[in-house]
Amino acid sequence: MTTTDIHTELLKNFEEKIERGDAIEPKDRMPDAYRKHLIRQISQHAHSEVIGMQPEGNWITRAPTLRARQILLAKIQDEGGHGLYLYSAAETLGISRAEMIEQLHSGKAKYSNIFNYPALTWADIGAIGWLVDGAAIVNQVSLQRTSYGPYSRAMVRICKEESFHQRQGYEIMAKMMKGTKEQQEMAQDAMNRWWWPSLMMFGPHDSESPHSGDAFRWKIKRASNDELRAKFIDKTVQQAEVIGLTIPDNELKWNEERGHYDHGPINWTEFYEVIGGNGPCNLQRMNHHKRVHDEGKWVLEAAEAWTKKREQKLFDLN
Amino acid sequence: MTQDTQLRSWEVFTQTRSGANYIHAGSVHASDRNMALQNARDTYTRRGEGTSIWVVPTDAITASDPNEKEMFFDPANDKIYRLPTFYTMPEGAKAI
Amino acid sequence: MNNQTPLLTYCLRLGDNALIQSYRLSEWCSNGPILEEDLALTNFALDMTGRADLLLAYAATLEGKGQTSDSLAYRRPEKEYLNCLIHELPDEDFAFTMVRLMLTSAYDMLLYSALEKSPNENLAAIAAKAIKETRYHLAHAAGWVERLGDGTAESNSRTMQALTMLWPFTGEMFETDSAEQQLAADGIIPNITALKEPWMEKAAQVLKSATLEIPALKTWQTGGRTGRHTENLGHILCEMQYLQRAYPDATW
Repeated sequence: MTTTDIHTELLKNFEEKIERGDAIEPKDRMPDAYRKHLIRQISQHAHSEVIGMQPEGNWITRAPTLRARQILLAKIQDEGGHGLYLYSAAETLGISRAEMIEQLHSGKAKYSNIFNYPALTWADIGAIGWLVDGAAIVNQVSLQRTSYGPYSRAMVRICKEESFHQRQGYEIMAKMMKGTKEQQEMAQDAMNRWWWPSLMMFGPHDSESPHSGDAFRWKIKRASNDELRAKFIDKTVQQAEVIGLTIPDNELKWNEERGHYDHGPINWTEFYEVIGGNGPCNLQRMNHHKRVHDEGKWVLEAAEAWTKKREQKLFDLN
Repeated sequence: MTQDTQLRSWEVFTQTRSGANYIHAGSVHASDRNMALQNARDTYTRRGEGTSIWVVPTDAITASDPNEKEMFFDPANDKIYRLPTFYTMPEGAKAI
Repeated sequence: MNNQTPLLTYCLRLGDNALIQSYRLSEWCSNGPILEEDLALTNFALDMTGRADLLLAYAATLEGKGQTSDSLAYRRPEKEYLNCLIHELPDEDFAFTMVRLMLTSAYDMLLYSALEKSPNENLAAIAAKAIKETRYHLAHAAGWVERLGDGTAESNSRTMQALTMLWPFTGEMFETDSAEQQLAADGIIPNITALKEPWMEKAAQVLKSATLEIPALKTWQTGGRTGRHTENLGHILCEMQYLQRAYPDATW
């Protein structure tokens, strides 16, 4: 057998395994492209969780009640935890967390576009929980069945924990819509600003999406961008109506035939502008992450030095 | 400036109630075992999921090779006499 | 304020200590030196917020004027906050946070262990919960103080600097007044003066393993317990009370 034959044979085995619905585990042989795709996707997902702590973190000290402070803290903490689970999952593919952070800082790795928008009022905390986490969970639920074992296991854990996030956001919005006129205006304003970016979270339309082919065949991705987006819109429109919020889209209409809502055109120019680094907060988010990372270095160095000293002492005793 | 290591990796096993098996929960980074235990506690038992935790340095774990799966595990598949259902019980006898 | 019963004042002091600690710890969220530590600091902030809620809710009940833990936390003027000054100092760096958490948790350990035996059931129940949390805070903070103190030259100097800045504020934690002494004599609350020596022992033990020297100093910075604060509290309240003050008619 030539190398090409062996290569073809391995790929065939791998794809048969995927076809049967078996999970791929860290030590299994896998095509390079599969590994690369996973590292890119999982690390992007991890970075999103971590960068996502910033817009909400911005409101912790201003949370208006003790209960609100607790809920917000617990939620942001979960996001840090989820970033951590995902970094761990990616590490099983042979990349270290330090390398992933370096790729984030160099711009090689991305994070979700949505976190490049600012959280301006307390209602934004509601909108982020309700819309952004609501959109994220639709995607994450489908990823529980992704083919890579560690990623799928992390997703199962994350979905279990995130179920309260969307609810707490919706609760904030509902409370504000029942409140003073100023609160209602604040809620609607947040809705207006977060609705379209939330729809963009699912990525380009299926007709435009560059990576879909292999990701589907290898069951990394289990549902298409447009399918997931439709799912999100369908459940959110109803929730908005219940509390009296207007969705900022004149063309939004139930389509009996498709069984989904039709929506107006998404501003893809804005989407690509923000991806390209020109969103309102791109620089701010990245600088924050770099600053915190740099400021933490001396702490980690000290911890390692302390351990080394103790190991040395043990060695001397022996 | 030394290299950013983000500290070493540890695997975390949690026991959800006393008497149960320890189950792999995930991993954390830490520079020593006490830190690893505390980090595991703060990461994997935030919702009261644990009564006890083990942490093990990730590089201390040896895993079986998937390429040797057949050699390792298939020979156990035809030893059905290891299972109680292999045996015929006389009619009327109660299982212990 | 003058109409407060001694027990109410005491509960406000404890509640405000937890409230301001919670505020400072929560500032670490998304700023921790490593993701794992970010989660740990958030846990401490959560513990402290919960503790503030319980203590201030009890204070509101004692006062009996229809206040809630939230109205006490968010609507009082600055001079009515009765926390010790040490809690409101801004976090200079991670060493500062860990040294402070070690010093104040060692104190809370002794305080709440004693308070757990109070015949006042409300205080005893709050103390029973606090003691479990605090034991962990102390273990975590002491571990870090030791690592940082005996880590690198840089970490040692940062930790020493933190200790030097914090030490003058530790004396206030052991201050008392005649009203509190009466409560202590009645057996409702512990005699705080008696806790100073065991606290010093614990602190000295941790600092010794951290290769740090206790600053020689006999002048304490005080005032918080009677409502005279550092410049920092005003800034904390600006942020914390922002929504409650800007939209007084709103509920959140």
